[in-house]
Amino acid sequence: MSNVLILIEHAGGEPKKLSLNAITFGQQLSAQSGGSLNLLLVGENAGEAAQAVKGYGAEKVFVIDDPSMHNYLAESYATGLSAAAEACGATSIAGASSSLSKDLFPRLAIRLNAAMASDVLEVIGAKTFKRPMWAGDVLATVELKSERQICTVRTTEFDAPEAGSEASIETLPVNVDLDQLKTSLVDLKEIKSERPDATVADVVVSGGRGVKSSDGFKVVEELADLLNAGLGASRAVCDAGWVPNDLQIGQTGKIVAPDLYFALGISGAIQHVAGMKGSKVIVAINKDPEAPIFQVADYGLVADLFDAVPQIIESIKS
Amino acid sequence: MKILVTVKRVEDPEIKIKIKADGSGLESEQMKYVVNPFDEIAVEEALRLRDTHEGEVVILSLGVADCAQQIRTALAMGADRGVHVLTDETLDPTLASLAMQKVIEDESPDIVLMGKQAVDDDMGQTGVMLAERLGWGQASFASKEASLESEEEKSKQTALNVSDNKVTVVREVDGGIETLCLNLPALITTELRLNIPRYASLPGIMKAKKKEIKEFPLRDLIGDAQPLVEVLKMEKPAARAAGMIVSDVPQLMEKLRNEAKVI
Repeated sequence: MSNVLILIEHAGGEPKKLSLNAITFGQQLSAQSGGSLNLLLVGENAGEAAQAVKGYGAEKVFVIDDPSMHNYLAESYATGLSAAAEACGATSIAGASSSLSKDLFPRLAIRLNAAMASDVLEVIGAKTFKRPMWAGDVLATVELKSERQICTVRTTEFDAPEAGSEASIETLPVNVDLDQLKTSLVDLKEIKSERPDATVADVVVSGGRGVKSSDGFKVVEELADLLNAGLGASRAVCDAGWVPNDLQIGQTGKIVAPDLYFALGISGAIQHVAGMKGSKVIVAINKDPEAPIFQVADYGLVADLFDAVPQIIESIKS
Repeated sequence: MKILVTVKRVEDPEIKIKIKADGSGLESEQMKYVVNPFDEIAVEEALRLRDTHEGEVVILSLGVADCAQQIRTALAMGADRGVHVLTDETLDPTLASLAMQKVIEDESPDIVLMGKQAVDDDMGQTGVMLAERLGWGQASFASKEASLESEEEKSKQTALNVSDNKVTVVREVDGGIETLCLNLPALITTELRLNIPRYASLPGIMKAKKKEIKEFPLRDLIGDAQPLVEVLKMEKPAARAAGMIVSDVPQLMEKLRNEAKVI
């Protein structure tokens, strides 16, 4: 039977919203293959987060909460995922596209002799998927010609999952000898933000080279906070160190698709557009009337962002 | 210290690509090819490592005869010699990583560096697959906390800290910055924020012409292993509907409130 296993990322005892959308991918894939859907949570408090995902029609929700698996390392997680795939007879393994899955799944693919599709946009068949190439300038239909398949899923293309029958929760006794690994975690500095993450926010406000400095970025933040929006930035702004790289949106950064996207002082290189063109409504403000961002904008305003954005803020406040 | 860097020949990202009418691939006429930009960053970091620890930088590329040009580009930046695995076949990441494994087992480098993804197929799999094949530790998305306009970057110091047969790597993860320590040999993939690659100097270009490039036919290395990913069709995504230019902020706000109804 061609069963499906979806890795659910979680934090603070809650599943991440990105991973919920990956369950929808799993539901679609198990409908195609006729196999069961299974979920896996690894790490501290995985059992708590598992409670929140048991009602989506999965056969089983696996939990691995051994202390040796509390910190993510590709080497140890690959062992955990292999064990879960074995436990449920999974031939398809997937998860939301994230820094974790991109670091982990190719390793798992070799371990399981599986082919892999990255950033899947659409399920065409049990082994056939649509995915982007050339910064989203090409959509490719790819077939994975192996007994087992692995996918990372672009979750902006999948809605939240529909409720289904209740799964049984099963703890898997997986532990690894950390001393035997070739990698060790030295430090993890979390960038804490009160703002919603751009990948799940309804509104995203992004700044580009036009903000001129880290001080100039404050007006972008002010508009974002007023709209309870996620923050984003172009590569130029991140490279310059004006904002943390964590905010970067584009081919190599985050992929977002909010209801409303503000591109402020962003020229609109294809690499940036690749990360935001799925947004429902795009507003671009740029001094340069020739800026390519105007080609994807629903509403373009040729203006200095330092003139226009304060006016927008005033208008929203009143 | 021996550092091996893989470089992939990719379509110049500055040139607009066209898909063949039958959707089987890209039009190659009038296309220019460059070193994958992420791999250039890997070459730069390798040169900085060599400048700190001495040793040599070996460039590996897989592909058509013209890949020699991309290898020469890296040699002109300052790398020492090249290895070219010749093939006209389109390789998927499972095959590419297999061929790389064979070369690396022969070369025995201390560190393998490569871009975190290639800007053509955007798969981002080969590096990590290679680490698993070799049984090595990995640090993907290597970066540094200092910006690309910092003094630290201007000093051209490597961001990779090698000592006691280990390497410490700062990497970008969702919501934070992680530091990993890897036993050598180790595999590292590079993020854009790691460094600004140097340009090849004219003397560098002249010297590169005399540097050695060893050639191996692909099938001598990987036998009859077959690719596991087949591209059935390529198509252009639907274009967004044309938008409008508004004249001022009041008109913009009116549109957002009453037409798009998003504020």
